[in-house]
Amino acid sequence: MSLVLEHVTRVVDGELHIDDACLSFEPGSFNVLLGRTLSGKTSLMRLMAGLDKPNSGRILMNGADMTNVPVRKRNVSMVYQQFINYPTLTVFENIASPLRQAGLKDAEIAEKVHATAKMLRIDALLKRHPLELSGGQQQRTAMARALVKDASLILFDEPLVNLDYKLREELRQEMRELFQARHTIAIYATTEPNEALALGGTTTILHEGRVVQSGKTADVYHRPQQVLAAELFSEPPINLMPGRISGTEVSFAEAVHFPLNPDLQSIGEGEYRFGVRPSHIGLVPSNDDDLELAVTVELAEISGSETFLHVRNEQFVLVLHLPGVHEYDVDTSILIYIPTHKLFVFAADGRLIQAPSRRVGRVA
Amino acid sequence: MAEIRLHHLAHSYSKTPSGPDDYAIREMNHIWEQGGAYALLGPSGCGKSTLLNIISGLLSPSEGEVQFDGKVVNLLPPEERNIAQVFQFPVVYDTMTVFDNLAFPLRNQGLNEAKVLSKVNEIAEVLDLHPLLHKKAKNLTADEKQKVSMGRGLVRDDVSAILFDEPLTVIDPHLKWKLRRKLKQIHEQFNITMVYVTHDQLEASTFADKIAVMYGGQIVQFGTPRELFERPSHTFVGYFIGSPGMNLIDVTRCDGGVRFANTVLPLSAALNQRLAALPDATLKVGIRPEFVHIWDGPYDDALCGEVAHVEDLGTYKILTLTLDGQKLKVRLQEDQPVPQQKVYLSFPAQWLMVYADDYLVEAAVDAPAEVTL
Repeated sequence: MSLVLEHVTRVVDGELHIDDACLSFEPGSFNVLLGRTLSGKTSLMRLMAGLDKPNSGRILMNGADMTNVPVRKRNVSMVYQQFINYPTLTVFENIASPLRQAGLKDAEIAEKVHATAKMLRIDALLKRHPLELSGGQQQRTAMARALVKDASLILFDEPLVNLDYKLREELRQEMRELFQARHTIAIYATTEPNEALALGGTTTILHEGRVVQSGKTADVYHRPQQVLAAELFSEPPINLMPGRISGTEVSFAEAVHFPLNPDLQSIGEGEYRFGVRPSHIGLVPSNDDDLELAVTVELAEISGSETFLHVRNEQFVLVLHLPGVHEYDVDTSILIYIPTHKLFVFAADGRLIQAPSRRVGRVA
Repeated sequence: MAEIRLHHLAHSYSKTPSGPDDYAIREMNHIWEQGGAYALLGPSGCGKSTLLNIISGLLSPSEGEVQFDGKVVNLLPPEERNIAQVFQFPVVYDTMTVFDNLAFPLRNQGLNEAKVLSKVNEIAEVLDLHPLLHKKAKNLTADEKQKVSMGRGLVRDDVSAILFDEPLTVIDPHLKWKLRRKLKQIHEQFNITMVYVTHDQLEASTFADKIAVMYGGQIVQFGTPRELFERPSHTFVGYFIGSPGMNLIDVTRCDGGVRFANTVLPLSAALNQRLAALPDATLKVGIRPEFVHIWDGPYDDALCGEVAHVEDLGTYKILTLTLDGQKLKVRLQEDQPVPQQKVYLSFPAQWLMVYADDYLVEAAVDAPAEVTL
């Protein structure tokens, strides 16, 4: 089954919730909607599900216009942030409920429930009630119910947000595996760029009800077509510096100058915004074209196995994403190194002029 | 200002505990030194809230002592312990101005207005609250309110410790790091004992100089963020810290080292000697995904595994491989070659940890033990 949104717009009380969305999703694909809170992710999913109707535009499934078909007739499942289960029913009956509604025979129901529960590793819990389960198990139960009925479209609205990060890690990986062998279209909303990367498939970036960019996840990440896409699809956010190319040199904020390297030569003179990913800035020089900056540490945020180092000087506020644990006192002076061949260049109006050419990993 | 000492402390919610499983806090000895920045980190249900309530005085421990500067405070109510608390949800008096909120604890103590004014100004300066002093608290944003909550704790001279219970939960993600920085600055400036309770490794590691990791009612490691990452002293710390966590493999002893399936991992003479003294222990080895070495091709005695899956996280990758039936995760840097099918790897000796009954086996006999008494 394919899903196409044609110029879909939704206005609620004079407020534009979804602004002219044009998207298409392939059968058997896993698709992430990435955006901050209130960017339109839930609004868009409700339109896809048929819970809301667009004010203009069409929604097509397998080429057929479904715009006015209500949710009950669409074979859609939805999993929400909150774990929604029937508290008085056992896990088995929770998972079985859509099949019972569809009038399946008991033997067939039992078979499907067991298979789905096994896939989600809750097959040992079928006789329990939801409130006797941990949060992760409850959410697995809700997911099993969504998966069991072979819906053509499954919508996940930030399903892992209420779980601790260890559980998230596990379930995220399972999700990917679950969908590898299905013809269902999965749509997954999240606020977290790293979750989009981990889930793969396609990513659609939403901002204030508009589609900023949509495509294969790796392409969107590595070639953000606008500075906004780069900012939204980067955690911590990409570092941006105003700058100018003139003659044979580049200058940032009128303060830092470095010679124009081959990567930047074809761009031409003018005012630009230069971007560098937090993970590309280093604490030791590693390339000939590194730009050295003296900065002071605002804060070293340590995530256990990684460090987010917030630094600043008179011109710039930057963040570094470093593997491993780096402990720094607040206000320590350090040197950092920006590899100038890894700069993104955006025009003054935000358009992408150049993305750094990726170094493709050599095959061993 | 105080040193907080937990002396043979244990707590059971049962009147007649019959075994270790009946204890929310198993017997522990622990010291929070005066002026330290500490975190108490663990998953939900590990006992950290119980321990926090025991320190603050909301709960009296069923066994052992809580001492503040050597004085037993088991039976002292919270208000007599001179402890300030900052909770998940900011506690402010909505109808009062920020100034009056900050002044409240001082006026309660009967300080004269001149003193109140100078103290409140001092704290407002530290917390960047000056522009808000005459605003009503109800008009503040969540992060501003949380700063006012903190300010009320800091404004008193007699506060011996500040306890934080997941204080950044309701703060907007992009403002969190600013508040984390503020907390660090406050700690440096005020030299007050601070204990920060959280389930989030980032909150704990960013704030604290030393972290107590709690699991199953016990503190399983008390160390710096670097120590928790580089030398987890318990398998739970290895698993819980880091994303993904440490690779852990069940092994048995063999000649010269340990083994799983047909794979032998040689160990140092010192480690082998230590293991010989623990014949009945259940053994595991652990190595973090960051520390597994991947070779470009077959090399000396590199182990050979098979690539199962590569997860591209943009500027790095997580490689899942199978080694002799065992799944392992390895972190690859952006420019590192990605192996196809076969992968040659080794475990550098300095990063390969050995665990006996889930606790780290130290190679050196005279390694400094974690003293927590």
